[in-house]
Amino acid sequence: MSEQNASAPLLQAVDLYCERDDRILFQGLGCSIVPGTLTRVEGPNGSGKTTLLRILAGLHGGFEGEVLWRGESRDASRESFLRNLLYIGHRPGVKALLTPLENLRALMSGRRELDDARLVDALERSGLSGFTDIPCQHLSAGQTRRVALARLVLSDEPLWILDEAFTAIDHDGVAGLEQLLASRVAQGGAVIVTTHHALALPGMRRIRLGQESHCEF
Amino acid sequence: MNSECRPVQACVPTAVGVVPAMWAVLRRDLRVSLRQRQDLLNPLLFFVMVVSLFPLGVSPEVSFLQQAGAGILWVAALLSTLLSLDHMFRHDFDDGTLEQLVLQPQPLYLLVLAKTVAHWLVTGLPLVLVAPMLGVMVHLDGNSIAILCLTLLIGTPVLSFIGSIGAALTLGLRSGGVLLSLLIIPLYIPVLIFGTGTVNAAVGGAPVGAYLALLGAFLVLAMTLAPFASAAALRISLSNS
Repeated sequence: MSEQNASAPLLQAVDLYCERDDRILFQGLGCSIVPGTLTRVEGPNGSGKTTLLRILAGLHGGFEGEVLWRGESRDASRESFLRNLLYIGHRPGVKALLTPLENLRALMSGRRELDDARLVDALERSGLSGFTDIPCQHLSAGQTRRVALARLVLSDEPLWILDEAFTAIDHDGVAGLEQLLASRVAQGGAVIVTTHHALALPGMRRIRLGQESHCEF
Repeated sequence: MNSECRPVQACVPTAVGVVPAMWAVLRRDLRVSLRQRQDLLNPLLFFVMVVSLFPLGVSPEVSFLQQAGAGILWVAALLSTLLSLDHMFRHDFDDGTLEQLVLQPQPLYLLVLAKTVAHWLVTGLPLVLVAPMLGVMVHLDGNSIAILCLTLLIGTPVLSFIGSIGAALTLGLRSGGVLLSLLIIPLYIPVLIFGTGTVNAAVGGAPVGAYLALLGAFLVLAMTLAPFASAAALRISLSNS
């Protein structure tokens, strides 16, 4: 299962059709996500970027078409799919009453067994030095987001789906994150992002949503 | 920032067992509840207040209280559980934790089971613990109080498990509270009937074994089936958000 052909697509979407509130978001949309690529989903507000990411992650069921994981139906290989997916939505999954360390521990608990030193290290590398034991309700929006993004440092999942990854992150943080994404892609990870940030990485693929949805490689 | 794992293709995501994952969910929920004392205290205060209003509002006579005591306690426990249900998944839904829970590789059934147990530990168990005090207040004898606590101990988890279905179903709605009550109260009625029936039988000196066995059967049924329904309902609620 693990030793797959390096260029075989991880995730494939076939002929996706989705409508919301009697409005067609996209139809006939197909794309394949190959290891070692970064795919950016683009489009104006309300064009269905988040919906597409949620469909790809398996959170949104209201669509027609098929999503394949390593060539098989995703629902049939659900456990393997989820083990290989890291999804960070625009609600970051960080509890305001818990500290960054407790949050990260809870978020990683279903995926990897890590000791606290590794978790603290990841938080510090994400720019949260000195804040690891302060409840997240006292942190800023950007810092809260960084707690969720600290998972990227620890991640061993080959597929990342990041919705509005750069929101509320400061200038240096964005640069660090871009670097992280670039090195991840260089190492053979697959990343799908939405962002309104100017993001230019070599070899970046685009999925445009809007009037005419299409994939551009 | 720099990633630890390289090259990615050589990395095989490791597996975490089901039990540690459930334990982590339970611990996180308990920790959040302990930091949010209001959510913890409200159902308990409601329970104590409702029970203590009955002697004042209806009749302080010993014979009435002995007869109605079990029913009063059970109805109060039921309503107080109902009050706390809306919070069960709401905060997790709002902050995105629920999405992450659904995306965990472990079966959602077991993770929801752990969440429901956490809910019972912070809302149901405190009711069981103060019930003896309130039992004395409504003039139940020692044996009846013991039976009352036993029925609450078996019955309140059933309330949490059944309630989790309603809480999960009404998650996507803006004001799901009323609908939640309407959905769940009919399902609570059998538990209420057998819960009070057991204590009344004990007060009357009749054997209670059969009643307790039925309550136990409710618990087993709710524990095994409700998380399935809740997990499915959570997926639907998330899918529509």
